[in-house]
Amino acid sequence: MLLKISQLSARVAGKAILNGIDLEVAAGEVHAIMGPNGSGKSTLAQVLAGREDYEVTGGSVSFEGRDLLAMAAEERARAGLFLGFQYPVEIPGVNNVYLLKAALNAKRKAAGEPEVDAYEFLGLVKEKMKLMQMSESFLTRGVNEGFSGGEKKRNEVLQMLVLEPKLAILDETDSGLDIDALKVVSKGVNSLRDPGRAVVLVTHYQRLLEYIVPDKVHVLSGGRILKSGDRSLALELERRGYDWVKESRVA
Amino acid sequence: MSSKSHDVEALIAQKYRHGFVTDIESDSLPPGLDEGVVAAISRKKREPQFLLDWRLKAFRHWQTMREPTWAHVHYKPIDYQDISYYSAPRAPADAPKSLDEVDPKLLATYAKLGIPLHERARLAGVAVDAVFDSVSVATTFKEKLAKAGVIFCSFSDAVHNHPALIEQYLGTVVPAGDNFFAALNSAVFSDGSFVYVPPGVRCPMELSTYFRINAAKTGQFERTLIIAAEGASVSYLEGCTAPMRDENQLHAAVVELVALDDAQIKYSTVQNWYPGDEHGVGGIYNFVTKRGECRGRNSKISWTQVETGSAITWKYPSCILKGENSIGEFYSVAVANNYQQADTGTKMIHIGRNTRSTIVSKGISAGHAENSYRGLVRILPSAAGARNFTQCDSLLMGSKCAAHTFPYMEVRNPTATVEHEASTSKIGEDQLFYCLQRGISAEDAVNMIVSGFCKVVFKELPMEFAVEAQNLLSVSLEGAVG
Repeated sequence: MLLKISQLSARVAGKAILNGIDLEVAAGEVHAIMGPNGSGKSTLAQVLAGREDYEVTGGSVSFEGRDLLAMAAEERARAGLFLGFQYPVEIPGVNNVYLLKAALNAKRKAAGEPEVDAYEFLGLVKEKMKLMQMSESFLTRGVNEGFSGGEKKRNEVLQMLVLEPKLAILDETDSGLDIDALKVVSKGVNSLRDPGRAVVLVTHYQRLLEYIVPDKVHVLSGGRILKSGDRSLALELERRGYDWVKESRVA
Repeated sequence: MSSKSHDVEALIAQKYRHGFVTDIESDSLPPGLDEGVVAAISRKKREPQFLLDWRLKAFRHWQTMREPTWAHVHYKPIDYQDISYYSAPRAPADAPKSLDEVDPKLLATYAKLGIPLHERARLAGVAVDAVFDSVSVATTFKEKLAKAGVIFCSFSDAVHNHPALIEQYLGTVVPAGDNFFAALNSAVFSDGSFVYVPPGVRCPMELSTYFRINAAKTGQFERTLIIAAEGASVSYLEGCTAPMRDENQLHAAVVELVALDDAQIKYSTVQNWYPGDEHGVGGIYNFVTKRGECRGRNSKISWTQVETGSAITWKYPSCILKGENSIGEFYSVAVANNYQQADTGTKMIHIGRNTRSTIVSKGISAGHAENSYRGLVRILPSAAGARNFTQCDSLLMGSKCAAHTFPYMEVRNPTATVEHEASTSKIGEDQLFYCLQRGISAEDAVNMIVSGFCKVVFKELPMEFAVEAQNLLSVSLEGAVG
C-alpha cells in the first residue's frame, strides 16, 4: 500500500479537526476527497505534507511502509509526496524555475542521483509548460509573483509534473479555474497517471471529476470519513447534498 | 506558527568567520584623548601644518558637542578616554615600500579574510588598498593605475604626495564639525584611502579598500576621499572585518565623495564588522558619516551597501545633488541578527534643477535585533523638477525582532515629485513551508527567500562582489529560521 492512514487525529490551535481518519491509497489509484467547508479536507492535506502548525494527536500514517509522521516536511517531499497548494504563496525575487530546479535537485540528491543538467532541465520544463499551456515568461518570473489565481494553479501542476511524485495531493486545485483552465489542469494531472503513482484530489465539486475520473470517492465531515464509494457517490452527492451523507450516517 | 517559532529561535546562531586576532607587534598610543594626542598623531604621520591646524580645530569643536541620541539604538556611554586613537603594525623603521616588505603575518591576515594582496588580486583585476588598524599597509596595482592618471593610495601618502588636492577637497563635503562622530574623526583620523580620477578618465579597474580592526581597545577612524573630475568615472568597494572581542570597539569613519561635471562615482560597501555574540556581548560600534556631493552638472553618485556586521550601525550615506540633472542613488541591504542594532538610511538633498534620486532599502531583522530605516528627502526651492523615488521593505524573521521606518520628507518646490513605498513582511512560515514541501532544506529556503528579497540591491553591486555579498548574507543569517 502506497499510503495507509489509520485513525489519524489532529488539532490546530487546540481545536480538534481530524477525528480518526482511515484511508488507504494504492499505487495507480486516484482518490477524491469531498466534503463541506470546515470538514477537515485541507487539514488532512497539510498534516500529510508535514505542516507543523497542525498537531497530530493520534493515529499513524505509513507511506511506502515508512512512518510518514516521523519524517520532516522536506523528507516527505523528497520521498515523493507532493502537495498542490490551495493558495500557493508568492516568493518575490525568487525565480520560478530556480525554485523548481532546487526542488528537483534536492530530490535527486536524496535519491543519490547527480544534479540535473541545466540544459536538460530547461528542456523538460519547457515541455511540461507546453502541456500546461503556460507562456515562456513563466521561466523568468518570480515564484507565483503577480500570478493570477489560475496561473498559480497551473504552476502547481507544472511543478508536480517536473517532480514526478509518487503521491500527489491536490488541494482544491480546481477552485477558481474557468472551464478551459480546468481542462488544461486536468490534462496535466491525467498525464501523470501511472501504475506506480497515486493522486488524491481534495475538492468541493463534482465538476473536476468529470475530467479526472477517480477510482474512489470519500466524503469527509467532522474530521471523519463518513462514506466511501466509487465515482457514482460524487454524482449522488451533487444531487442530494452533503446533508444526505450526514443523515444517512445517523440513520 | 507557535509550534514552529521555538525552532526559529533555537536555530538563530551567528557564526562570525573573521574573528581571529593577528599577533603582531604594534606601535600604539596609550588610551586617552586631548590636544596632545591629536598633535602626536599628526606628528607620527609627519603632516603639514594645515592638516594639524584642521585637526585641532575639529577637536576643539568636538569638545563642545554632544553625542547624538536621536538614533533608535541603545548602548552604554562610550568612554572616549579609554580608547587608543592610534595603532599601527610596527614596521621595521620605515614603512614598507612594496608588498614584499609588508609583514608576512599581515599578508596572511588578509589572505584569511579572502583579500589576497598578491596574485589573486591581480587575477581578479581589482586594485586593493588594505587598512589594518590605523594605517594603510599596501596598495596594489598602483603603477597600472598611475598610467591611466588615476591616483589611488593611502590617505597618508596623499597628504605627502598630493597635498594641494587634500587641502582643496578635504572637509568640503563633510565639514570637520558636521556631527559628533565626524568631528571626532576629523581630529584623530589616522589613515584611509584617497582616489583622484582625472578629467575624462574611466578608472580601468574596480578599486577596493579593506578595513580591519585588529588591536584591542583601539578605535578605527579612517577617512576616505574620492574625487571624480569632469567626465571621470570610478567604482569603489570597501569591505570591513574585525576580531571577536567581548568589549565594544568604536569605528567612526568619514567618507567624502566629490563628483564634478558629468562624473560618476559608484561606492559599494560590504560591511562585516564583528557584530557581537549571540548574547549581544562585544562587537563594533559603527558610527560612520558618508556623504557624496554631485557638484557638477549631470553627475551621478551611487551608494550600494550590504551591512551585515557591527553591534550598532549608525550610518546614512547621503547625496547632495547640487549640479543640474545630477543623480543620487542609495541601495541598501541591512541585516541585523541576535542583539544587533542598525539605524541606517540615507539623505538626498536636492539643490539643483531636475535632480533625481532613488532610494531602495531592504532591512532584514532576526533574533532580538532592531533594524531602522531613517531617510531624509529634502527638496530645496531651487530644485525645480526634482524627483525622488523611495522604497523601503522590511523582512522579519522570528517574533522577537523589530523593524522601524522613519522617512522624512521636506519638499519646498511645487514642481517636485516624491514617491514613497514601504512594506513590512514576516518571513512567511507559508513561504518556508512551500519550499520545504518542495524538498528544499530550511537553510536553502531561507537563503533563497532572503536573496529574492535583496535581489534589486545585489544587482547593483560590482559583479565580483555580488557573490561575496550573497555568501555573507547567508552566513549572517545562518540558522535564523529552521
